[in-house]
Amino acid sequence: MLLTVDHVTRYRYDHPVRGVAQSHRLTPSIFDGQRVLSWSVMVSDATKGAQFRDGAGDALQSWTVKGPVSVVEVRVRGTVETHDLAGVLRGHRESVPPDAYLTDTPATAADLALRDLSAAAKGTEGPLAAAHALAGAVADAIVYRPGVTEARTTAAEALALGEGVCQDHAHALIAVARAAGLPARYVSGYLFADQEGAAYEAAHAWAEVYVAGLGWVGFDPANRCCPDARYIRLGSGFDAQDAAPIRGVARGPGHEALEVSVTVTETAAQAQSQQ
Amino acid sequence: MTTYFNEMYQASSSGKSVRPPYARLEDWMKSMPAELRHMKQAEAEALFRRIGITFAVYGEGGDPDRLIPFDMFPRVFTSSEWSRLERGIKQRARALNAFLVDVYGRGEIIRAGRIPSKLVYQNAAYEKAVAGFRPPKGVYSHIVGIDLVRTGPDDFFVLEDNCRTPSGVSYMLENREIMMRMFPDLFRENRIQPVEQYPELLRRTFASVAPDKCDGEPTVVILTPGHFNSAYYEHSFLADLMGVELVEGQDLFVEGGFVWMRTTEGPRRVDVIYRRIDDAFIDPLCFRPDSMLGVPGLMDVYRSGGVTICSAPGAGVADDKAVYTFVPEMIRFYLGEEPILQNVPTWQCGKSDDLKYVLENLAELVVKEVHGSGGYGMLVGPKSTKDEVEAFRARIIADPGNYIAQPTLALSTTPTFVAEGIAPRHVDLRPYCLVGERIELVPGGLTRVALTEGSLVVNSSQGGGVKDTWVLAE
Repeated sequence: MLLTVDHVTRYRYDHPVRGVAQSHRLTPSIFDGQRVLSWSVMVSDATKGAQFRDGAGDALQSWTVKGPVSVVEVRVRGTVETHDLAGVLRGHRESVPPDAYLTDTPATAADLALRDLSAAAKGTEGPLAAAHALAGAVADAIVYRPGVTEARTTAAEALALGEGVCQDHAHALIAVARAAGLPARYVSGYLFADQEGAAYEAAHAWAEVYVAGLGWVGFDPANRCCPDARYIRLGSGFDAQDAAPIRGVARGPGHEALEVSVTVTETAAQAQSQQ
Repeated sequence: MTTYFNEMYQASSSGKSVRPPYARLEDWMKSMPAELRHMKQAEAEALFRRIGITFAVYGEGGDPDRLIPFDMFPRVFTSSEWSRLERGIKQRARALNAFLVDVYGRGEIIRAGRIPSKLVYQNAAYEKAVAGFRPPKGVYSHIVGIDLVRTGPDDFFVLEDNCRTPSGVSYMLENREIMMRMFPDLFRENRIQPVEQYPELLRRTFASVAPDKCDGEPTVVILTPGHFNSAYYEHSFLADLMGVELVEGQDLFVEGGFVWMRTTEGPRRVDVIYRRIDDAFIDPLCFRPDSMLGVPGLMDVYRSGGVTICSAPGAGVADDKAVYTFVPEMIRFYLGEEPILQNVPTWQCGKSDDLKYVLENLAELVVKEVHGSGGYGMLVGPKSTKDEVEAFRARIIADPGNYIAQPTLALSTTPTFVAEGIAPRHVDLRPYCLVGERIELVPGGLTRVALTEGSLVVNSSQGGGVKDTWVLAE
């Protein structure tokens, strides 16, 4: 598919701040399932800073904005050609060993209930089947419902509530996978919504589980599937905070209000036949 | 009855004789009647107070304004004793850095099955954020503090390695300074190798690891958490002696891929940061988002080669208590050499053979929790009652994997001024090895002394003091 993203994030400060520093993971990953045709990230009145690819394979870009400033706008636009690899992250270069993703964070620590849920992996044949079983168990245990949880909700809290959004599904899957001895991580990206009206957030998140012999494989419990051509992958981390597409701090006492709009549309694929 | 190695006196046919390094100290000692000694001791204390050196060593806690007792009786090594120590320390510092390059690179030692993956990659000090990044000159730990104890003329054991930001070096420098001021004759009579070059060597070490993007003379700064930190005195002391700026997080900012320092003449680019702040707090955009001590965006600049951070984030994975057991293995694996300095033999209670031995010999051993620190959750067999030993036995049996055991070491003693006169007291040693383009070690270190009779605990929070440490010229 050819997917076009238009993603605007606006930070408003009620008192002008002295400066803003941000670190972005806002560039699509490089792997066999996606190819960038055009991509730009613009930050209002900002200076470009450090740029590099980290050990997890993510492209990072720093920005700074000199104050006094009341509004900072981050605008991401671009088109990506995607292919369905049934969730397998094929051809992705990274140097962090999978075992590093067995480490818990507060958001993904498994409590007793999550440990119980991880029993879904028992009796399955091999890690791939186990991961599928775990993703299914998480989807059953946490019903998609926006507005119940917040950014800081942990996997354990979401499971106790029985409701949540994609972030909660991903955290819960990571927690149960690690509890079952499988390395797992949080992935942030975009999702193209189809007309089915299924659970969906255009700014999306899912989890990847490491399957020996196959590598990292994506699972999206929120949509009961593995990422396919409708997904664009940006970056990964231990949890939502670690994998955040934008991390930033403002210097100054101002209170920050956030507005986000994301659209992902399908573009007619007239150029594809020339490839 | 355990016998302890006395570094000054040895048994001989005529009773006892003075070991060579201390030969000239006996007369000095005898020339000081109690009154003069008390006067000198008071003088030393006044000097320390005037300098303001009153901080706790090694993050031991306690009152940060308390003066750590200074004992005037120096601890002495011959040059040949020292040269063996020096080779052993440098060997260890090289192996620890090679290990860090490896575990953030290809992980050969883990692939080879020489150290368990879990111990490294699930270690709290392992930083995924720097995997695949190689710091300038491949150095992670620029100052390696190695804690040593001695049990015999040629027997030294490493208690632990400190690869992050070992503190206490200001005591090494101040102890010497004060001894030279108070006893200039001693320094004429003995040929003592200097340690005063340490700050310049430290500055050169930092300059040698400046990033490639640095053109010209590198700008080095010390990043401190601030004056409320127990080692703040040391931060300002070292900045002063090196002739570099002492800064806090708010004095630095990131722009255009570099780190800048605010100065009265405008922003100045910073090339090397000697940080005395833990990894978790150095950059809220990479680690703890609530940290107010760090510099937002610092880790991005670091990882794109715009600045060098000393010690490198993630260096702590090499000085973990469980990883310590594998340092001799690192020396063999990376350097193809046999370790010159020995580890303290350690039994892993998680292994059934080791557990059996530990339970059979519990009353003679020191048992520690794998992740414990500061002496909590620890059994010192010979100093415990039968009930305490039995209670601890139950805890080990309940969770063997959580415990390691070591023999109770017979720490050497050196003569020490005490209320009754002069008496042997137990000591340890922390030398500071510098690793940059070259590996440097000043002849000396910090000697800590357990001032309480019979005590083997040198921590200042438990009645420990410090001594000047001499290495004699040939």
